[in-house]
Amino acid sequence: MPENRPVFVDSSPLGRAGESTRKIMYTVSLTLVPALGVSVWMFGFEALRVLLLAAVFCVGIEFAAFRFSSFKIDSLDGSALLTGILLAMNLPANAPWWLILVGSLVAVGLGKLVFGGLGQNIFNPALVARVFLLISFPVQMTSWLKPGAVDGSTGATPLGILKTEGAGALAQTDLLHLAVGQMGGSLGEVSAIALLLGAAWLFYKKYITWEIPVTFMGAVLVFSGIFYLINPAQYASPLFHLFTGGVMLGALYMATDMVTSPLTFKGKLIFGIGCGFFTALIRLFGAYPEGVSFAILFMNAFVPLLDRYFPDKKFGVLKNE
Amino acid sequence: MNLKENMIRSFFTENPVTGLLLGLCPTLATTTSAENGLGMGLATTFVLIGSNVVISLLRKQIPDRVRIPAFIVIIATFVTIVDMGMQATMYDLHKTLGLFIPLIVVNCIILGRAEAFASKNSIGHSFLDGLFMGLGFTMSLFILGAIREVLGSGQIFGYALIPADWPTILIFVLAPGAFITLGFMMVGMNKISKLLEGGN
Repeated sequence: MPENRPVFVDSSPLGRAGESTRKIMYTVSLTLVPALGVSVWMFGFEALRVLLLAAVFCVGIEFAAFRFSSFKIDSLDGSALLTGILLAMNLPANAPWWLILVGSLVAVGLGKLVFGGLGQNIFNPALVARVFLLISFPVQMTSWLKPGAVDGSTGATPLGILKTEGAGALAQTDLLHLAVGQMGGSLGEVSAIALLLGAAWLFYKKYITWEIPVTFMGAVLVFSGIFYLINPAQYASPLFHLFTGGVMLGALYMATDMVTSPLTFKGKLIFGIGCGFFTALIRLFGAYPEGVSFAILFMNAFVPLLDRYFPDKKFGVLKNE
Repeated sequence: MNLKENMIRSFFTENPVTGLLLGLCPTLATTTSAENGLGMGLATTFVLIGSNVVISLLRKQIPDRVRIPAFIVIIATFVTIVDMGMQATMYDLHKTLGLFIPLIVVNCIILGRAEAFASKNSIGHSFLDGLFMGLGFTMSLFILGAIREVLGSGQIFGYALIPADWPTILIFVLAPGAFITLGFMMVGMNKISKLLEGGN
């Protein structure tokens, strides 16, 4: 079958970039190391356990699918590993092993393979798994280890406190602590600075472009800022919203996923703004304290439309009068 | 008309739910358990048989221009019978299914079979068509409901399969779980349909 597949090539001149799926996937995985380091520092070996289990399950499931089906899958192309890492970053550090197994099955099976494998999926696999788990196992998915706690005690995330007790309960919160990652949350939600550090390398390598992260974070800042200006006693500050929860992880790593984000310039802008807007909307007025995963999945559904209705201007093509 | 072929068609290749994707609203909304699926399916089957027979009986009398309103009146009659009958005999199930019983009136399968089959065929054939299509619908709803009940509540027909303190996959009793289960059921049904067609 692969021999007959048509190859689409742009007009010359052509150059070899030296990039491959494999290389990109492993590079992205490596740039997540600083953020993972912070989670291990905060939550101890529990975080490492979740990470290893998720990675092993995801790669293992994809390998099994390759062995027992007619799918042509390169289970070591790094995409399953990256999905596993991103899934772990969406889980609390005290997630039981079966939760991780179900999550991996959903991420690889339901998120990717049922659509036909890497490149065909509409929704971000790790986020599909996160939302599936969040809806199915609300108790296990919202029990967060306290950072630095060795006794395994649990507490609420800053966003959870905001939802249940209001902005007044957060008056003592130090923004610097939030940025470094001293708060409860899933593995990837804790350290904004470490995530930015990793993403800087991706920007440098041009694996991600500025449009989606900037518009995503900008929209969160603007929409939460409007309500902060209206009533600071009731709504948390925009910077609080930026540094808590999954905004950093979502904007830098989830929304920029090459397969499930728009290709065109205007499409990316609208995609990013949509993600930010719905994140803020769910956080401010929704039933859930955190809305990043829902917002990104929701906007993922619009990607084919965005690509079609906001095409890039083609060089040398005259505008129809 | 070949009876066996007709049956295979109604149960697999042209199964109302997994083949034709008709009547998805009650399908997705009521199949939170095997019992609900079975109840909804059988109620629909009764209406389908009744309306098919009566419409076939009156097919030469109903003027072409007003056939749809006429069909709807006949269907609504049978739905009212089912609605009141269930209320009298199966009050709990009737309460669970709630609004979806009266809504059988607007179920596409029933009007679809009336328009495509009963208005053109003899009473006997229309009866069998209603029976098979209804049972095909019931089968799909039952399987869908059973899968969702096992995964979502850890029960089957209300009997617990796992210890009460084990977590169940809640999403399967909610709407997204219905869509996911239906998707996988369609994969399986398409596979079976292909095998059956290849065998003929």
